[in-house]
Amino acid sequence: MMRIPVLLPLGLTVLWLVLTETLTFGNVLLGLVVGFGMVLSFQKLRPVRPRLGRVRVAFGLAFKVLVDIVKSNFAVGRIVLGMTGGREVRSGFLDIPLDMRDPHGLAVLAMIVTATPGTVWSGLTDDSSVLKLHVLDLQDPEEWIRTIKQRYERPLREIFE
Amino acid sequence: MMPDIPTWVAVPATLLLIVGGLLTLVGSIGLLRLPNFFMRIHSVSMGNTLGVGCVLVASMLIASAVAHRPVIHELLITLFVVVTAPITAIVLMQAAIRRTKPPKP
Repeated sequence: MMRIPVLLPLGLTVLWLVLTETLTFGNVLLGLVVGFGMVLSFQKLRPVRPRLGRVRVAFGLAFKVLVDIVKSNFAVGRIVLGMTGGREVRSGFLDIPLDMRDPHGLAVLAMIVTATPGTVWSGLTDDSSVLKLHVLDLQDPEEWIRTIKQRYERPLREIFE
Repeated sequence: MMPDIPTWVAVPATLLLIVGGLLTLVGSIGLLRLPNFFMRIHSVSMGNTLGVGCVLVASMLIASAVAHRPVIHELLITLFVVVTAPITAIVLMQAAIRRTKPPKP
């Protein structure tokens, strides 16, 4: 039997309610009908479904990412303004071997990488085993690979795999 | 007529707007200063992340104070920006890589 998804339609309904800011019965009903209808009909188009493992890890990860966004913003700002203390900034591409295969986890990783200035997702091999990243301040490639794998990939695998 | 905004909202909101504006400005200066496309894309994302984040939090504070109830529309903007930004970034990067590397004969 096909399992009926609950989380995504409910999430869409909440999104709709926040957007319209009206909590009437009719509006909630409209949100639920459109939410469930959309998700159920899209299941035929995209049958891959996320499995959420340890959701509690996600909060820790979100906080870490928030801190990293602030820190990397100021780091990139310093580089733009030339306040690097005379050190030459080398930017370049970096190949990171990934163990994660779940498309949802990879999508979230893409968001994290894009949301932190200083790193940009620039490609993924077809079997999603190697992530190509462009790093603005590439001092120590090994350190970057360790950071991405330990800090982001490991919790994402705990959540999605 | 300007609605009354209490000081304890106005001060943090103003600070956030200034910080957000400065971050976006520095990011835009990067567009002029950095030597190549791959480096410039990093500086633009400053305005796209913390810059826009500061403005959205300020907007939430002021809108909530004016409407006398919590206004959280801005969280949706954050969500949509975060979800859609990687798509543009990936497409731009792929295009840039393709253009800088001449095709193998």
